[in-house]
Amino acid sequence: MSPLSRVLEALLFASDKPMSPAECVKHLKGAVEAAPEDADVAALAKSKPDEVAFALGELASGYEEEQRGFRLIESGAGWKVVTAPGAAPWVRQLFPENRPSRLSPSALETLAIVAYRQPITRADIEAVRGVNVDGVMQTLLERGVIRIAGRAEVPGRPLLYGTTEFFLEHFALRSLDELPNCAELRRVELPVAVQNEAQPVLPLDEIPVTNGTETTPPDEAIAAEEVT
Amino acid sequence: MADAAYKVKLDVFEGPLDLLLYLVRKDEVDIYDIAIERITRQYLEYLGRMEAIDVEIGGEFIVMAANLLYIKSRTLLPVDLQGPVDEEGEDEDPRWELIRQLIEYKKFKEAAGDLRDREEFATKLFGRIPSAPPVDGGATLLAGEVGTLDLIAAFQRVLARLEKQKGAEREIEADRFTVSEKIEYVLKILPEKEGLKFEELFAGQTTRNEVVATFLALLELVRLRHVSVEQEGAFGEIMLRRRGIAVVPEQDLADL
Repeated sequence: MSPLSRVLEALLFASDKPMSPAECVKHLKGAVEAAPEDADVAALAKSKPDEVAFALGELASGYEEEQRGFRLIESGAGWKVVTAPGAAPWVRQLFPENRPSRLSPSALETLAIVAYRQPITRADIEAVRGVNVDGVMQTLLERGVIRIAGRAEVPGRPLLYGTTEFFLEHFALRSLDELPNCAELRRVELPVAVQNEAQPVLPLDEIPVTNGTETTPPDEAIAAEEVT
Repeated sequence: MADAAYKVKLDVFEGPLDLLLYLVRKDEVDIYDIAIERITRQYLEYLGRMEAIDVEIGGEFIVMAANLLYIKSRTLLPVDLQGPVDEEGEDEDPRWELIRQLIEYKKFKEAAGDLRDREEFATKLFGRIPSAPPVDGGATLLAGEVGTLDLIAAFQRVLARLEKQKGAEREIEADRFTVSEKIEYVLKILPEKEGLKFEELFAGQTTRNEVVATFLALLELVRLRHVSVEQEGAFGEIMLRRRGIAVVPEQDLADL
C-alpha cells in the first residue's frame, strides 16, 4: 500500500463526514504547517486531487476484493467508510432504535420524476402521475430529499423542485448520473401541464429565475457606493 | 353516517394511470395497441366494483373515466368527422395522448422501482455516524439562507416559551401592536454590523399578539430584502442581519 493510500485510509476512518478528494488534499497540505521538517508530510502535500481520487478508488476496490467488513463508497458529498452490506443483519443490532425509514411507493414515484427531470414544477409532476401530489411533495420536503430550486419563468412563476445532496446519500448515489437509465429518462418528452396559451407572455416574466446565488439588485449596489 | 364509517381507502393503485397499466398488463397487450373500448369497459367495471365494496374513489379516477369515455366516443366517429385533435388541426389517433401518458408513467414507475432497490441497498450500509436527514429542505434551500420551515419552527419555539412563562391567567387585550410599528422596532434593535439571534428579537415580549406582530414585521423586512436570515448548519442558531443599506438609519438622518 502506498503512503498516500495509507494516509487517506486513516483520514477517512477518523472522519465522521464524507470527504471529497479536494478536502483530502486540503488536509494533506495543512499537515505541512504543523510539521514543516517532516519529509514524508512534505512529499504527500504535493498530491493532486486526481491522484487522491485514483488512490481512493483503488482503496475502495481493494476492500471489495478482500471481502473486508467495511467498504469505501462515494455518495453526494464525497467518500466515506461504511460497513459492508452483507454485515447489515448484525450491524443493525447495534442501533435497534434506528429503524431504516423507507419512502412509500407514491413518494418514490414522485421522487423519481423529480430526480430525473429536475428542476420541475408540481403541475408537471402531476401531469406525469395523473394524481395530486401536494401531500407527497410535503413529505419529500420534510424528509429532506427534495428542495425548492427556484421559480419557472412561465405565467404564475410556479416553484421548481430538485433533489438535495441528502437524496444522493439516502440512495447511496455518487451523482445524478448514476441513476439507472438516466440518459433515456432525462430525455423523454413529458406530458406538460396544461397552460393557458391564450395569454400572451408578458414582459413581467423576464425577472431572472431565483436560484442558489442571489444577486444584489443594481439600484441597491449603486446606493451602497454613494454612501460609502 | 353508519355507512361512511365503513368506507375503506384502498391504496392499491397509485392513481388512474396505475390502474390502467395494470389492466393493460393483465390483458398482455402492448400499450400501443390498447383497445379503447375494452379498456374503458374494464376500467368502469373496476370502479363499479370498488364502489360496491364501499371503497372511496379519488376524483382523479373519475376524471380518467370521463376521459376514456370521451376518447371512446371519438373513435366511434368516422375519421373525417372526428375533427381536429389540437389547435394545429393535426389528425391524430384519439388514443395517442393517453398512450403517450401511459408510456411515460410506466417509465417513471419502473424508475421508482429502481430507486426502491437502491434505497434497500443503502439501508444496509452503516457509516461511522449514521447520517440523519436535515430537519427539512431548509438547510440546503437557497445556499446559506434559512428555509421557511426553519423560521416557522423557530417562531413556534418562541411561542412555546411564551406559553410556559404565562400562568393559567389570561387577559384579553386590545390590539396594541401593529406590524408597521414593529418594523421600526426591528430596524432599531438590529445592530448595524453583527447580527442578532432570532430569539433575542422577542426578548421581553409577553403577549402572543406582540410576538406575532414582531414575527410578521420580520417576514415583511425579509421580503423587502432589508434583513437577511442565516443559519449555521442544521439545528444552528438563526441569525438576523441587515442587508445592504436599503434604509438610512435614523442617526445618519440626524447627522445631516
